[in-house]
Amino acid sequence: MADVTVDQVADAMFDLVSSMKGKRDLKPMDVSKQMMEKFGDEVDKKMCKKALRTLIDSGRLTYKYAGGSYVTLPEA
Amino acid sequence: MTEMKYKTPLLDELEKGPWPSFVKEIKKEAHRPMVQDVLGQVERSYEEHISHWKHGGLVGVMGYGGGVIGRYSDLAHEFTNVAEFHTHRVNQPSAWFYTSDALRTLCDIWDRHGSGLTNMHGSTGDIVFLGSTTQAIEPLFKDLTAAGWDLGGSGSNMRTPSCCVGPARCEWACYDTLDACYNITQNFQDELHRPFFPYKWKFKFAGCPNDCVASIARSDCSVMGTWRDEIQVNQAKVLEYAKTVDIENEICDFCPTRCIEWDGKTLEIDNSNCVKCMHCINVLPKALKPGKDRGATILIGGKAPIVGGALLCSVFVPFLEMDPDSDYEDLKELTEAIWDLWGEHGKMRERVGEFIQRVGMSNFLEEIGLDPIPEMVMAPRSNPYIFFDDEIFETEE
Repeated sequence: MADVTVDQVADAMFDLVSSMKGKRDLKPMDVSKQMMEKFGDEVDKKMCKKALRTLIDSGRLTYKYAGGSYVTLPEA
Repeated sequence: MTEMKYKTPLLDELEKGPWPSFVKEIKKEAHRPMVQDVLGQVERSYEEHISHWKHGGLVGVMGYGGGVIGRYSDLAHEFTNVAEFHTHRVNQPSAWFYTSDALRTLCDIWDRHGSGLTNMHGSTGDIVFLGSTTQAIEPLFKDLTAAGWDLGGSGSNMRTPSCCVGPARCEWACYDTLDACYNITQNFQDELHRPFFPYKWKFKFAGCPNDCVASIARSDCSVMGTWRDEIQVNQAKVLEYAKTVDIENEICDFCPTRCIEWDGKTLEIDNSNCVKCMHCINVLPKALKPGKDRGATILIGGKAPIVGGALLCSVFVPFLEMDPDSDYEDLKELTEAIWDLWGEHGKMRERVGEFIQRVGMSNFLEEIGLDPIPEMVMAPRSNPYIFFDDEIFETEE
């Protein structure tokens, strides 16, 4: 299997957060854990942090505070 | 004097007396519509015994997950000027040293974008700007960063580290708290601005066990200055103090381990039993000084009582050299090991001290890779029921 790129992880993260919209808020660590489960050894915490940062910096995802910090889709 | 939009008899009570009054200070800015509505809404809260602020949400600057705390009025239809009243945390300089220019710059920026109300400083140490609209957040951040400032931490991330004045003004500082605080702040910028933890993490740097920043009670990681050689004693100065201070009663009898003796001429300290409480040094500052082999004790797990009860930090590393040339690598390595474990297994809103209580200190140490040592014991065992391991019985048999 070819090496997984940060962009691929970012896209998978975005899909995950989109699919959970309105159902459950996800913490950054929840998202990362699911990515490590999905991609296996090819993805580690560091890579997940990079992917998440790409999503946040581009505005595709945003942080939300509700007693704790979560990642979510920006308001329309 | 500015005419008040609302009558505030309850708040007015808080202006009476000789002590500082936040109401008095807020009223100085009452020429601003936002401030008038703050007074109106807070008065209403005092009448109804309920807060009318809502907290949280999506507000922030692009790329950051902390630094701006969303605050909204639930009486927005009535107090329209505070419908959005967001708080901004600005990373303070180490030990809160400012020039007048720096303060003026901050105030000018805040005057342009917000209510003009500040809190100098918040409990964690940040400069706190109270009250802006959502629209003002990005322009405010742009002006702050252009002037060399940055936002501090909020949410489930590393909060803005803070430190005592350290060697800048205190001869008892056992390491350079200002440098360590600045170094750690710069090194963990990602953790400061992007939440990745189960809950908040606070660093505080105290130069000596007097702990002027209350690190042991208010931080998850307290870096407290200490020494491991002998207290420096100037016997001539002790004799001078003896003319006005009752050394036996005020020094020897107050020593928690009774490790000081005074024969009327010489002060003898059994340094092997000294627990670095600082009492003798505080009372005889010209005669006694911390030792020369200085560093810091790393303590973990303190917190104020927000979600669960309050916890005090407990010792993790009894002595760590804090040489600025080392770039504090050992402290960083230990911190990252703790973050990895707590980040992966911590529950939502569980501070690291609570996490250690839940999983057990021995399991925690094993995962971090530290060996248990006697200094980690907070208090002697009080439970009379002692359970021996099976293998002890086997050996006896």
